[in-house]
Amino acid sequence: MTGAWVLAAAVLLALGFGLYRRALDGRLRAAPAAAGGLDAARLGRPIGDAATFVQFSSEVCAPCRVTAKVLGEVSAASSGVTHIEIDAAQRLDLVSELGITRTPTVLVLDADGVERHRMVGAPRRPDVLQALRALSPTEAEK
Amino acid sequence: MPTPIPAPALIDPRGPRFGAAITTVVLAATLLAGPTLGLPLLILQAIAFGAGALLGLRYQPYGWVFRRVVRPRLGAPAELEDERPPRFAQSVGLAFAVLGLAGALLGLAGLFYVAVGFALVAALLNAAFDVCLGCEVYLLAQRLRARRPATGTVR
Repeated sequence: MTGAWVLAAAVLLALGFGLYRRALDGRLRAAPAAAGGLDAARLGRPIGDAATFVQFSSEVCAPCRVTAKVLGEVSAASSGVTHIEIDAAQRLDLVSELGITRTPTVLVLDADGVERHRMVGAPRRPDVLQALRALSPTEAEK
Repeated sequence: MPTPIPAPALIDPRGPRFGAAITTVVLAATLLAGPTLGLPLLILQAIAFGAGALLGLRYQPYGWVFRRVVRPRLGAPAELEDERPPRFAQSVGLAFAVLGLAGALLGLAGLFYVAVGFALVAALLNAAFDVCLGCEVYLLAQRLRARRPATGTVR
């Protein structure tokens, strides 16, 4: 009898968490209050002239590959947009400073390296394009 | 193989989801059977997790069934996937299964139910929603591990 209750609780828990994740994963959100800009010295690579996607990934993360593909395509198609992928395990300093809790997490930086948007979980392409449009109204239309 | 080849092994991503579905059924049966009658089922499941986590997904018995029986009927996958994320999920499952076994063997029914319950949640999330467990917990584990030896280096 106990087993049946635990089974029911486990199914409900999985269902609730799964639906919650499906609804909110990768959604575009405003960045948490930014302390200052990120630059090439912190990121290891120069940021874009118009915008930069900073993607935190890990080796055990399958959606990170999909995310890298989408961001790579979008940044290749828009001028001045750079995609920087960071192995979170190698940069735990940035991870704790920026409050990254899971991978993939994508920060959208403006031209000054200030974080403007954040997407936790694999982002959808429309959200990615919208984040770019919000930064530079003409840029993402191309 | 026409796909770009990174260092790690590449697998059909449908394999782990098929395995997670079987795992879900086995763990549900384990829960219903209870700590005594369910023990053999849980031992089998722990062996399956252990093979996948420690030896690699090629040795995971459910993955073997998938390749031999299911995949020939499905055709080739759209894309191949890195083996490491599902392998990490297998080791998470193994940890819960070992806790559940300890509960069953030591007469701690509560531990058995909680551990098997969480393993079931993980398998069901993987099978039904394709939630990536490694993404959820790997980074937190890394952060906890980094905090221990190096206190006060990063602030």
